[in-house]
Amino acid sequence: MNKEFQVGVRDGIPIALGYFAVSFSLGIAMLTAGMTAVQGAVMSVSNLTSAGEFAGVRVIAAGGALVELILTQLIINLRYSLMSLSLTQKLDEKVTLWQKLLIAFGNTDEIFAVAMNHQKSLTLPYMLGLQSLPIVGWTAGTFLGAVAGGIMPRSVSVAMNVMLYGMFIAIVIPVAKKSRPVLIVASIAVFISSLFRYVPFLQGVSEGISIIICTIAAATFGAIFFPVAEETQEERPER
Amino acid sequence: MNVWLCILVMAVVTYLIRMIPLTLIRGKIKNRFVKSFLYYVPYACLMAMTFPAVFHATDYVIAAIAGVAVAVLLALKGKGLVTVAVAASATVFLVSLVCGI
Repeated sequence: MNKEFQVGVRDGIPIALGYFAVSFSLGIAMLTAGMTAVQGAVMSVSNLTSAGEFAGVRVIAAGGALVELILTQLIINLRYSLMSLSLTQKLDEKVTLWQKLLIAFGNTDEIFAVAMNHQKSLTLPYMLGLQSLPIVGWTAGTFLGAVAGGIMPRSVSVAMNVMLYGMFIAIVIPVAKKSRPVLIVASIAVFISSLFRYVPFLQGVSEGISIIICTIAAATFGAIFFPVAEETQEERPER
Repeated sequence: MNVWLCILVMAVVTYLIRMIPLTLIRGKIKNRFVKSFLYYVPYACLMAMTFPAVFHATDYVIAAIAGVAVAVLLALKGKGLVTVAVAASATVFLVSLVCGI
């Protein structure tokens, strides 16, 4: 029980470091938008979403309507529902409803990624451990960013920002090395995502929508052409 | 508009997006297509978020390319998440430093 929590905490360290750097710049953006450091920290600890918060701050700064705020959050953060859906299949059978309510709160891109990479089925202690430091890092970074503006040199924050991408690469590459279908699915996702970035008439699509389309298209392709074998997907919870 | 109200609304919307699918689905999904789809979701999603965004996350594209190269190489060698993440970050820092001179 306790061991699971510790393993989770350890797995969360690189996420927490990356979050600290990213949220630092988020804090600066909040300050510029006229929010206080406390408001920034409360938004971060209650939302835990980089792209969603950045967009929300922009809407708030522009004095946008509440409907607009709801729509941006819905569109940008809809990818989390796909992740939560995928997460249900890896949760330990013993995880109860109220425990799921807790786990859902911190299901960010990075926490989801590391959780899916975990060798065992996911228990509540592991998930809480995994989420603990990143939540602290995200909130503290936002607060300090709003308080201390440009103290951290840009070269450092940019480099720390890349840490999160490095982690994504570290999760996908070893699996893609062994599994050709995963390599193909990942390549398709990158290809479509590049189209959204570089093809002029597709550039208007928001990042949140783009990620959803890439994920659904590539995963559907994989499911049609490389359906997983019945046994390999069976999760056997360690007891 | 009240900032606190905005924060509350954002938090509720985001939480519901994460919570509803997680609590709605109980037990293991049996359908082979859905199972396969969900198996591929993390890989597709992570790569769509990483590329090409990572190349625009730094001040110098060459620094990002170097960072990605180091990350891919170390990941191929089976290094852990922390090692790969820190090495990629350090590479970006050093290459950016050289570019900035």
